[in-house]
This record gives sequence, C-alpha cells and structure tokens, in this order.
Amino acid sequence: MGTSITMSNTNQHNASAASTKTPLPTPLKPRKSLGSFLVTPSVLILLVWMIVPLAMTIYFSLIRYNLLYPGDNELVWLENFEFFVTDDGFFAGISNTLILVGSVLVITVAMGVGISVLINSSFWGQGIVRVLLISPFFIMPTVSSLVWKNLIFHPVSGVLAAIWQFFGATPIDWFTTYPLLSIIIIVAWQWLPFAILLFVTALQSLDQEQQEAARLDGAGSWSIFYYLTLPHLARPIAVVVMIETIFLLSLFAEIFTTTGGGPGYETTNLAYLIYSQALLQFDVGMASAGGLIAVILANIAAFFLVRVIGKNLTDKP
Amino acid sequence: MTTLKQQKQIHAILLGTLSWTIALILFFPIFWMVLTSFKTEIDAFATPPSIFFWPTLENYLTINERSDYFHFAWNSVVVSFGATIAGMIIAIPAAFSMAFYETKRTKTTLLWMLSTKMLPPVGVLMPIYLIFKDFSLLDTKTGLTIIYTLINLPIMVWMIYTYFKEIPKDILEAARIDGASVMQEILLVLIPMTKGGLASTALLSLILSWNEAFWSLNLTSSEAAPLTALVASYSSPEGLFWAKLSAVSTLACAPILIFGWVSQKQLVRGLSFGAVK
Repeated sequence: MGTSITMSNTNQHNASAASTKTPLPTPLKPRKSLGSFLVTPSVLILLVWMIVPLAMTIYFSLIRYNLLYPGDNELVWLENFEFFVTDDGFFAGISNTLILVGSVLVITVAMGVGISVLINSSFWGQGIVRVLLISPFFIMPTVSSLVWKNLIFHPVSGVLAAIWQFFGATPIDWFTTYPLLSIIIIVAWQWLPFAILLFVTALQSLDQEQQEAARLDGAGSWSIFYYLTLPHLARPIAVVVMIETIFLLSLFAEIFTTTGGGPGYETTNLAYLIYSQALLQFDVGMASAGGLIAVILANIAAFFLVRVIGKNLTDKP
Repeated sequence: MTTLKQQKQIHAILLGTLSWTIALILFFPIFWMVLTSFKTEIDAFATPPSIFFWPTLENYLTINERSDYFHFAWNSVVVSFGATIAGMIIAIPAAFSMAFYETKRTKTTLLWMLSTKMLPPVGVLMPIYLIFKDFSLLDTKTGLTIIYTLINLPIMVWMIYTYFKEIPKDILEAARIDGASVMQEILLVLIPMTKGGLASTALLSLILSWNEAFWSLNLTSSEAAPLTALVASYSSPEGLFWAKLSAVSTLACAPILIFGWVSQKQLVRGLSFGAVK
C-alpha cells in the first residue's frame, strides 16, 4: 500500500503542475488502476466458480460417464440428453417442478399482499405480529420439513389429525394421499414471510397523503387498493416472483427429508431427479445433461430478474 | 348510535384480531416445536396431542449423548463464520472499488456477479463433487466453507456496494488529502461509517450459510456435517423420538431466529438484491 500512496502523490503533483488553471486536482482519478486491482479477486473467484464447473458439466453431458464403469468415457453427443428426456421421471420431474413453483408463487404473492396490507394498518401489538409472521423464513429447511411432517401432518399424533378427529373426521395421511400438496404447503409456509417482509417494507413508502386525498374524493377501500396500493407493489411482486422462482426451481432439502421423491415420482422435481441420477445411480453424464436443462430453465427466470434489478441500478440518483 | 370515532375503533379492533389470528396460525409450527421439545417422548406422541403436561429438560440434557449435538453445532459455527469472514474480506475491497472507482463496466460486472447466484446448484453438483473428491475436500469444513463463501459472495458485494454508494466521495477525498492510504481509508473511514450496513451483510451471510441445505447434504457425511445435516438424519424414523427431534431443531434454529428478528429491516435490502428498500 505504501507504493500506491507515493504513486498517487506524484500523479497529483504532475496533474497540478500540468494544469495550473484548474483550482483543485481531483485526487480520485489517479487511483483508477487500483480500483480494478481491488475488484479483480472477486471477479476472478466468481469467474472460476462459474466457468469451470459449468464447462465440466457441458463436457460430462456429452460423454458416457458412469462412476460404476470407469474408463468407458466415449463421446456420445446428445445421447445423455435423449436418455434424460425419455426417462420415466423426466415428465414427472418437469411437471412437478412447474406445479410446485407455480403454486407456491401464487400462494405466497396472493397471501403476502393480503397480509401485508392488513398488518400495515395500526393495531395493538403490530411489532410482535410482524416478528411472528416473518419467523418461518429463518427456520432451516430440514427443520421445517421434519416439524411439519412429524408434528403437524402425522396421521396419528399430528396436530391436524387431532383437529380432524375433533370434528369427527378420519385423519388424513397427508404424505401418502396428497404428497405434492403437502410439500407445497411446507414450502409456501417457508416463503410467505419473504413476500410479507418485502411487501411490508415497500408499503411503508406508499404516499399516505395520496391515499387520504383519494379517500376524500370518495374512493372506497377496494379502489384505493386496486389503483394505488397494487401498482405500488408491482416491483416488489416482480422481485419476489423472480427470486422465489430461482430458489424454488432447485428445491431439494424439503423433498429429500420428507418424501424422498415418492411415492413413485409424485414428488420428484427436476433437482431431485438429477440428484438421484447422479449420486444414487452414479450416472454423471445423464445427471449433467439434466443439470444443463435446469440451468436453461433458471436462466429464463434470471433474464427477467436481471432486467428489473438493472433498471433499479440506473434509477438510482 | 355509533360515532365515527367509535366506528374507527371497532374497525381497528377487527383488523387487529384478524392480524393476530393469522400471525398465530403461521407461527404455530414453531411454537409447537418448542413446546414439544419440553415433553417426554410419551407425551410427544400422545393422541390427541397433550397441551398440558409436566415440562422436562430431559431432551436437552440427552441431546449430546444421543446425537453428538456439539460436534454438528461446532461445524455449523466454523463453516458459517468462516464463510462470512472470508466473504467480507473479499467483498469489501471489490465493493469499495466499484462504489468509488466506477467505470463503464461496473454495472455489467455487478449484474454478472448476481447472475452467478442464479445458477442452480444441481447444474454444477457433479463437477463440484468430483473436484472435491480429487482434492479430498469431501466432508471437510474447508470445502464447505469455500462453497458457502462463493455462493454468498455476489449478495455480499452487492449489499456492501449499496451501503458504500451512500457515503459522499468528499469524505474519502478529505481523508486522502490528510495523507491516508487506501488501507487506512477503508479501515478507518469507510468501515466505521458503514458498520451498520456491514453488520447486516455479515448477518445475512451467517443466516444463509447456517440454513443452507443443498451442498451440506450432498458434500458432507459425518466429519464436517453441520446442523442442517444432523436434523436431516432424523428423517428416517427409529421409534419414538419427536421430543428429541424438537429439542435439536429448537437449538439449531434459535440463534438464527433471534438474528433474523433483530435485523429484519436491514435484511430486506440484501434479500431483494437492493430492489426493495
């Protein structure tokens, strides 16, 4: 660091000597090279982290590569993709992924908007209610899955079974009867707080005077919500949708700890299918082909997210 | 006859009651987990579930013998703090140069960094697994720390960048004219001025690393397995064990839950990549 300061000092002297007309030299300019020097480690690390594994995945997806049969690494071009796409689990994996992502998005955004608007009004214990509502987000995925599976959904000792019995109904074995729905409920429970957290924050910047003016002009609660609140929430909703999509496309721990993809392929999503190909059947080639399909899907969501965030970057003063 | 004021009060009470009901329903699984952790295994399995019972600390006292809790908790602590410290050391200089030496490429670089976050982990699971095998990093705390540093780095650079951006350049220039080196600028001027933001960045990294459950389940087995993996090992049932599962889960989640409560406002910025403030 000692060299850099002397360097910039001499630069400053040169600058002031060269242009005597300008009253003060801008001292930030001379260190531009330092700026790129400091950013290099992060960029390099992330570049390696992204490029190397991705290149390997692409390579693996084009060769025959099973850990059980070492040495037989022939180039097979798109055979792995063909096998992955025609696998019994593929259609189930894709449709379950889409159903999961879609349902969780609809539930979290709809309930998130409703709850945020509700708790945005003032009432007793607002702070505590907020803390209670966002808590599930901080529970680790393996804990929330197992708590729901064993303490809430369990057909004998679960809380829901007790409620069903109280009303004289036969308790449901959730994970056998509605496996995918059960997982959707757990995941929506985990992500609803995320939506609430973002929406509540966004609502705080909503113009109160504008609302008051609309009310004085005779606008009802519903039209205030529809014409003022909802447009104000458009961006946070977009952000929630895209960030959740990215995370939910690779949902894994919740399925791993509750159903293990079953019964059959009923709760197997793309991520779990690839995991079972890769680490249970040791078929690296096919798992890599599946991985690339997942990357393409995520990129579609990411493309739009980057645009929204990029826009935000330029909006900044 | 009700006046307008009374009407408003009734309205507020109704809204309050509804909000409280929803909040209590959504919080219930966590409350029930904590409650179950104080039951005996017999009470925990009772049908209908027992609400009134004689609380016991037995589960907490036997956790360590039964599942070697401290081993896993220590792994979680080492890995999440290691990844957070390493991430801060790499991210602060990067954010510093992006915030104060902005070039044409800065915006592109930032967005590109974020896009690495959008790469689904299953897409690179195989290569990472094989690289880890070759370098004997499988089931090591070092390996997991490296992964967590990398997956959190984009968010950390991004968050710190937005905090640094709010510091007026004049202050740094003043420090420079007083003869401060870059190192001094960062350590003595910038970090003290943004310590709130830096703390919430570190906290977010801690929370994300502590709760991460894809890489920890796939890359560790016993030696370096953190708490997420310990809890997952309870998914295969072996008799009556739900009170103990609840006790382990409560201990594993309590610190992060408290962190989350304390820093909820600041976390929004990081969680939304700065798009919501």
